[in-house]
Amino acid sequence: MSGSATSDLLLSVDGVTIDYSGFKALDGFSLTLNRGERRVVIGPNGAGKSTLCDTIIGRVRPSEGRVIFKGEDIHRLPEQQIVARGICRKFQAPGVLPTLSVRDNLALAARKDRRWWKSFGTGIPAEEKQAVDEALDMVALTHRAGVEAGTLAHGEKQWLEIAMVLATGAELLLLDEPTAGMGPAETSRTAELILSLGDSRTVLVIDHDMSFVEQLAAPVTVMHQGRFLKQGSIAEVRADPEVAAVYLGHTA
Amino acid sequence: MPDLSILSARLDPVKPVLPWLLLALGIAAPFALSAYDLNLLARFMAMGIVALGIVLIWGHGGILSLGQGVFFGLGGYAIAMHMKVADLPAGEIPDFMLWSGRESLPLWWTPFASPIFTILAILLVPALLGALFSWAVFHRRVGGTYFALITQAMALAFATLIISRQDVTGGFNGLTDFYSVFGFGLSSPGVPTGLYWVTLALLCVGFIGLRWLLASRFGMLLRAARDGENRVRFLGYSPTPFKVVAFAIAAMLAGVGGALFTLHAGVVSPALIGVVPSIEMVVWVAIGGRYSLAGAVVGALLVNLARDAVSSAFPELWLYLMGALFIFVVTLLPRGLAGLFKGKGA
Repeated sequence: MSGSATSDLLLSVDGVTIDYSGFKALDGFSLTLNRGERRVVIGPNGAGKSTLCDTIIGRVRPSEGRVIFKGEDIHRLPEQQIVARGICRKFQAPGVLPTLSVRDNLALAARKDRRWWKSFGTGIPAEEKQAVDEALDMVALTHRAGVEAGTLAHGEKQWLEIAMVLATGAELLLLDEPTAGMGPAETSRTAELILSLGDSRTVLVIDHDMSFVEQLAAPVTVMHQGRFLKQGSIAEVRADPEVAAVYLGHTA
Repeated sequence: MPDLSILSARLDPVKPVLPWLLLALGIAAPFALSAYDLNLLARFMAMGIVALGIVLIWGHGGILSLGQGVFFGLGGYAIAMHMKVADLPAGEIPDFMLWSGRESLPLWWTPFASPIFTILAILLVPALLGALFSWAVFHRRVGGTYFALITQAMALAFATLIISRQDVTGGFNGLTDFYSVFGFGLSSPGVPTGLYWVTLALLCVGFIGLRWLLASRFGMLLRAARDGENRVRFLGYSPTPFKVVAFAIAAMLAGVGGALFTLHAGVVSPALIGVVPSIEMVVWVAIGGRYSLAGAVVGALLVNLARDAVSSAFPELWLYLMGALFIFVVTLLPRGLAGLFKGKGA
């Protein structure tokens, strides 16, 4: 990893501190991702995993440190500009738009021109329509395209939101607990979906379902109390006594 | 909650023809109603235009405004000022100004002598003020109850301001005694009916325009921001302009409604635009159906009809009755009367 050329570097979270009036959700945390990489971040509750996502997409602003995406410091950009640079996040609780149809949810995600004064039409460019159809196909929701997203089953909502994140065309996908509330079969399908992306997208997954993390076959970063704790393969991390003490100890 | 689905299933086939039925009744009204009743209907239709805007912001945008009376009043006062100034012999000033000890027309009254300026003011002043005000609030990411409270305060402040500047606004009594508008004598034959047609036409324009807007991607994004503002933001849209534009359009419709109401009622005063009237506007829409354009217009008509019937006989009773009606609708019919018609409404 250390040998890879710097041009492969996509994201660098550099010494970021998020201070909630005294409580440091992130405490000088750093992380780098290369183009096409898949990475899993784990850690006990309150370790700062979701705050990490919040920081990258601009929902919270660091008091110290920087977030460099494609060589540009993005940590002060407005949220919609961060999205426009190519970062999209799936929220922990499904964030689909409940009163819009599944297809309309995806159409809004796939839309390239998101300025309000370009919103008075109804037509969808062929290229965006294709992106919507591909996304529907990828999460096997084509037969549900016309229903209101709020009526979907929980797992389907999670997949729809993953499809929305994909349909934005973002290079970097942040998936915050994509399998929350899913059974084992659905979890496996979600893992397959993420694996099927190959190295076409860079994916950062946050989860604490260890069987899911194993299926993703990706390097694991362990966080604890807002700080970096360990990094390695899932087997290495499992074998690490320090990690076991703070995290895996609860479930092992 | 009682099951109203049997009723709604029965009403279902009526739904597509309902707007046409209402339009037919609206066209037939001048031939069937007395001059007094036609005037009443025209006032209620003007309020229906205000209600359309509330559907846009409250139903589809999730923005509860308890201050639409301000925009209603801006439209109403604009046309009233025009009528006061246009009828004056050169060099004279309205009588209420004389009584308050003024000797000349305030500078900001003078352009209202022009019909074109007045029409532009009716359309643009509420829209621009609505845009500025809502932008100032929404871009700070203030919303929900706080927004409703701020609009309520705005209604109170506006009414207080008008009352306190008796010499230039007519104060508590408002502006009244109008004789002509844009060169037409208000009591000349055919003019009241003509103003009725104008009101019906503008109601239709508002209805069709908003139907189109709500069906466009703009409407989709407005509903999306209502249901998941963060999701919309992190899909790369800025939700603020969608809400601001919707609020400005609703303000403009309230201004047009206020101007038409003033023409038909022959008066505009703080009592018609303050806190209570602003809340009443929301109640019409809650009763008619906050997601449905047709429902809101029907709500405005029915509630005002009921108000007229009840308050002439038992003036004290009306507020209690309206309160009871509001509670009934909110608890049993969250989609208002339009909710009786299955489906989602326009």
